[in-house]
Amino acid sequence: MNLDFTPEEQAFRDEVRAFIAENYPKHLGDVGLREDLSREDFLAWHNILGEKGWSVPAWPVEYGGTGWTPTQRYIWSEENARVNAVMPLPFGVSMVGPVIYTFGNEEQKAKHLPGIRSGDVWWCQGYSEPGAGSDLASLKTTAVRDGDHYVINGQKTWTTLAQYADWGFFLCRTDTDAAKPQEGISFILVDMKTPGVEVKPIKLLDGGHEVNETWLTDVRVPVENLVGEENKGWTYAKFLLAHERSGIAGVARSKRGVEKLREIAANEMVDGEPLIEDFEFARKVSQLEIDLAALEITELRTLAGEQAGKGPGPESSILKIKGTEIQQRLTELTLEAVGSYAAPYYHSVANDDGSNEYPVGPDYSAHAAETYFNMRKTSIYGGSNEIQRNIITKMILGL
Amino acid sequence: MDFNFTEEQDMVRDGLSRLVREQYDWETRRKAIESEAGWRPEIWAQLAELGILGMPFSEEVGGFGGGAVDAMIVMEEFGKGLVVEPFVPTVVCAGGFLKHAGSEAQREEHLSAIIDGSRVFAFAYAEPRGRYNYADLETTAKKDGDSYVLNGHKAVVIGAPWASHLVVTARTGGGRRDAEGVSVFIVDKSTNGITTRDYETVDGRRASEVYFENVSVPADALIGEEGAALPLIEQVTDEAIAAHCAEACGAMKVANAMTLEYSKQRKQFGVPIGKFQVLQHRMVDMYTAYETAVSLTYLATIKLDAGEKERKRAASAAKVGVGQSARFVGQEAVQIHGGNGVTDEYAIGHYFKRLTIFESEFGSVDHHLKRHVSLG
Repeated sequence: MNLDFTPEEQAFRDEVRAFIAENYPKHLGDVGLREDLSREDFLAWHNILGEKGWSVPAWPVEYGGTGWTPTQRYIWSEENARVNAVMPLPFGVSMVGPVIYTFGNEEQKAKHLPGIRSGDVWWCQGYSEPGAGSDLASLKTTAVRDGDHYVINGQKTWTTLAQYADWGFFLCRTDTDAAKPQEGISFILVDMKTPGVEVKPIKLLDGGHEVNETWLTDVRVPVENLVGEENKGWTYAKFLLAHERSGIAGVARSKRGVEKLREIAANEMVDGEPLIEDFEFARKVSQLEIDLAALEITELRTLAGEQAGKGPGPESSILKIKGTEIQQRLTELTLEAVGSYAAPYYHSVANDDGSNEYPVGPDYSAHAAETYFNMRKTSIYGGSNEIQRNIITKMILGL
Repeated sequence: MDFNFTEEQDMVRDGLSRLVREQYDWETRRKAIESEAGWRPEIWAQLAELGILGMPFSEEVGGFGGGAVDAMIVMEEFGKGLVVEPFVPTVVCAGGFLKHAGSEAQREEHLSAIIDGSRVFAFAYAEPRGRYNYADLETTAKKDGDSYVLNGHKAVVIGAPWASHLVVTARTGGGRRDAEGVSVFIVDKSTNGITTRDYETVDGRRASEVYFENVSVPADALIGEEGAALPLIEQVTDEAIAAHCAEACGAMKVANAMTLEYSKQRKQFGVPIGKFQVLQHRMVDMYTAYETAVSLTYLATIKLDAGEKERKRAASAAKVGVGQSARFVGQEAVQIHGGNGVTDEYAIGHYFKRLTIFESEFGSVDHHLKRHVSLG
């Protein structure tokens, strides 16, 4: 048993680090997961990675993947987290991409995979509905066959960044008489410019525009946009969700977040002493670091399993639960650390004159509350943490 | 990066697992801990024969050239069966002191006797008023010509009733709680002036209060350098922490399995209680707590040979995380077992008790959280 990286892995880390140092767009700076990014901001790094051939590292080599081992992919994500890089969004890369190359036909692969790799085509996910969130199978959006088209009607919600999307992948009910709600669902690709598709913003707690309602009214989609078999969409949906969950632990990013938290707490003062010297606060930071260390080893153990040929299994639900709990506690502690400057509403105090100085409070305080509010989503999305517990209940405990 | 075990390690695990399953079943254990001896010397002899007691020692001294990972494997299996035999005090602690700082003569005298099972040790480090600070010592050792004279009172010395020898910490200089002036001695328990008050512990082991009254030991009873033993004690106790964490993982694994099994059998309102979502989610959290504990135990074990700060941080992280998991799993297991969980007859309560006492050995959750904080 040995946690050290091999010399080859170390060399890989050096190569990756040098590449990021040279090529990561300087103007993006340390923006990380901030919500006020433009489409161009989101895609800048993705485009560069696409040219390098590193935008879809986990894909099979024949579809443009890197052939990296799980450990190399872990190193890759760690190195990106070091600079808080804006990573390629998951909707194309980790969600619909794997579904297309696994279940799609040759035309679909040829048509869609290159745009996902390059970042030129922006994807969004049409899973959730107002009445069907974690109980995904109860979705009501219908797709009715009409000649060589499907006619789609319904309403989707939480469609992340759909305001920029070129294409969407939607779960639609194609058989309303199926015996079980999981049956009779199909996985359909929709060009977002098709008449009848309407995207309406949902403003979130943090003031940002990250998610949308997507209305589909008599949207006519050619049947060749059906992925796999009709009525078998649930299988592909579950496959996609398992992929989404691996990597959801966010260990590397949380490690970077703890460093940042320590910097903030070293700067903030309490009774004339740095906050990080305050035992009660330091204790909370230590507890967070300990839980994060445990999560990191658990993820490495899962990776080692993957390296030995086990796909992402129900263990990824543990990573999701623990990872998101830690992300939430981290943003909560950061909010605490910032103190009263957590209160100013960023959008009302931000400079529009292009200067880097925030006019109110230290620069690290500007997004603390916003990020805290935003991160409440993590235990809800991707199958809520309660649903993850249901998955472990069934798949691991056998209850 | 590699989480695999060697073929030898897998063999040891299989062998031990069989031994615990076949010879350390619940009834046999109960009889043993209630017997006058309170443990099973014949099992100890068997462990010696299998080479288990020699595993973490180098081949030159008659060991098997293993290390911390081997101790982890052993203790995890012991944890599954709530084995009471004193592997940690004898092999990990006394063996650890000898391995790291013992003189040629000390190793020759003691190590082979540990490996062949003929000599059993207890580690007398705690004191009634010292809590978990190894330097907070009222026990003194005064140099007197070619001897040291020990005076003091050591608290809750686990396994002392079974031990032929003690490893004792005492102050040879400096003020109370000073880092300097702490020394370690190996003492024959039958030396004049040593008295003990033996008792059972709530988790089925035996321990003693050990009193030293003008106990004269030869100068060569000192291990390592006089007055400079604190870093050595910390190294050895971090090794003991890693081993005990592995034991707690083993115990948690079984406690979880028992609880899961019980929830499938026990019916209420016409259905097995395992069908209730509120209990399902609690058992998921117990499972997650166990996996967390395993990860931190791996971390602590792997980092035992790292730099001092890294080692201490990992050991403290493990003691905190495994301690929290142990408490959580123990309490939840009892709760889900309902009334049966609080009876002496059901095994689950005994796992709960061991998982409870785990926290107070070599530092509580709060103590190690403080240490983690102090390491920055």
